[in-house]
Amino acid sequence: MATMTFSEATLAAMREEMRRDPTVFLMGEDIAKQGGIFGQFKGLPQEFGFDRVRDTPISEAALVGAGVGAALTGCRPVVDMHFADFITCAMDEVVNQAAKLRYMFGEQCRVPMTLRAPDGITKSAGSQHSQALEGWFVHTPGLEVVIPADAEDAKGLLKAAIRSDNPTLYFEHKALFPVKGAVPDDDFVIPLGKAKTMRDGRDVAIVTYGITVGRALEAATMLEADGIDATVINLRTVWPLDYDAIADAAARTHRVVVAHEAVKIGGVGAEIASFIGEACFDDLDGPVVRLGAAHVPVPFAPVLQEAVYPKAPAIADAARRLVRREL
Amino acid sequence: MLSAPARTELGVALLRTMIRIRVLEEGIEKHFLAGDIPGFAHLSIGQEAVAAGVCANLRADDAIASTHRGHGHTLAKGTSMRAMVAELFARATGVCRGKGGSMHIADFSVGMLGANGVVAGGFGLVAGAALSAVQRKTDQVAVCFFGDGATNRGPFHENLNLCAIWNLPAIFVLENNRYASTTSTAETMKIADVSIRAAGYGIPATIVDGFDAFAVYDALAAATARARSGGGPTFVECKTFRARGHYIGDPERYRRKGEADDVMQSDDPIVRMQAGLGDALSPDAFERLWNDARDEFADAVAFARNSPAPERDEAFFGVFSGDRDPADPVHRIEARERDALVPFAPQVGSGSQGSGH
Repeated sequence: MATMTFSEATLAAMREEMRRDPTVFLMGEDIAKQGGIFGQFKGLPQEFGFDRVRDTPISEAALVGAGVGAALTGCRPVVDMHFADFITCAMDEVVNQAAKLRYMFGEQCRVPMTLRAPDGITKSAGSQHSQALEGWFVHTPGLEVVIPADAEDAKGLLKAAIRSDNPTLYFEHKALFPVKGAVPDDDFVIPLGKAKTMRDGRDVAIVTYGITVGRALEAATMLEADGIDATVINLRTVWPLDYDAIADAAARTHRVVVAHEAVKIGGVGAEIASFIGEACFDDLDGPVVRLGAAHVPVPFAPVLQEAVYPKAPAIADAARRLVRREL
Repeated sequence: MLSAPARTELGVALLRTMIRIRVLEEGIEKHFLAGDIPGFAHLSIGQEAVAAGVCANLRADDAIASTHRGHGHTLAKGTSMRAMVAELFARATGVCRGKGGSMHIADFSVGMLGANGVVAGGFGLVAGAALSAVQRKTDQVAVCFFGDGATNRGPFHENLNLCAIWNLPAIFVLENNRYASTTSTAETMKIADVSIRAAGYGIPATIVDGFDAFAVYDALAAATARARSGGGPTFVECKTFRARGHYIGDPERYRRKGEADDVMQSDDPIVRMQAGLGDALSPDAFERLWNDARDEFADAVAFARNSPAPERDEAFFGVFSGDRDPADPVHRIEARERDALVPFAPQVGSGSQGSGH
């Protein structure tokens, strides 16, 4: 176990996978000579050369398209999207090509491509550099979507994404890059589709993922002061979803809050809440409460930015009202 | 330079491929109109010289990416006619198990990375296959077939630039067939030679008579040699013509009646090759090529007709690698979705609920 930042954990994952498998290579804007805007690629070209760590033009459609082509023909490309918002410039390549080819072609091929997509709200980055878009891709059959919550997840999920034979989106929150945590030293791979129980309580379950896991843990500490014992589920993978872990949390606590930073309307939380309603109705002592960002673009002014997405006090408040039947 | 007998042998091989494509596509047209083939089908009649001339230069481990109009490319790259026709007939024995159809036909066993339902969808796949060859240090090449219409989309420009700066073994084969879907090229761009766009990326381009399979073959021989030896990408513009509508059933309101007949009268690539071979190919041998192709197609149709439709459950598998494994979480999720779509079966003989409602 070593303590390192989220950014260093992704570097360790990349280094280990590139040493293990010569078909793994990286491409993206500003990654090789500059080391990535969050330092997440520093030192890789020195070890692996500029053929395996490629700086590219600002051509997202070509990067993702070429990633698909390379994945179809024997490589395991990792494509860095710079900011998750720019996946929009490569939507055909993600949605019509990567996601569908294996199915359409009757399983003749695999698409072992990883897209790294720094996302989320931080530092007044504004509407076009702040989005959390995972809901779109969960809705698209054929894509795996993983979202690390901490440095441990960052390493274990990135290694799993690279080893997966499927196209995998790896959404890494920009505000998490400098956050330190304990990370296993050895070949540490987190199985995709399995949630992690971060905290086991009996009164209410907070089901969440990504940066909101930390906020949910903060909320749990606040709830403790009120005598409320909360479970916190870190989904880690939002497709495939760990429906068993969600159902289990609902059965054990009878009250569920679902929280994420992405826009609430039409989001992953809607799928989870709907699943609990369909499959776990008899377990519930109250409605499933959903928290997510307001249905607005993320604004620039810090005071406005901070107003639009759920943080620990809002999560604690929702859980408290659910437990006290004050909804 | 090939000797005269070798050149004749090559010409006959190109002619054989073109005739097989023509017979296949005329057959597809007939069976589509008869209702045997669902969906859409886009024919490349008139363009056979391009598919034949290009693919005759390629190895099975070289990659191609195709367009909506991909039957010719697929057959020329080496896919069996049986597997193609069964796919178009939506059978389980089809090359894509009946999940692709005409517009998404692919055959990875011969390096055919798929017909693409998205105009310009193949550029990224070819850039990636070429990049993959470099990363894996092989001498494979990758060829992108595309129409004039695709060059007005962004991926064309992004991928040409990417292949140029990285000197990738990619070959861009433009089938300039004068129409982008149902709009003439003259209305959608101000240039007659679309290949001048390659200069903007530092990629050398040649223009060839796309009705002349020898001309296409020679251009590709040069481009392939260049790509294999690390010389980088080449752009080949084939001036050709689409003798049918955009799709089978297209009323073709956008062009003059008789235009296709006029072009095929003077430029049918099969007639041109036969004439070019002259006395080197006897009328009997020519007739035999047609008869062999017709027999092959009849056999393929019989194979398709005798093949089963896919099992209903097949619809729920194949999205992810490993999803036929019951331990895979995706498998379990899909099984739930499948079960949810099956109506509740009547409980015959259970005796507890009367007639139900």
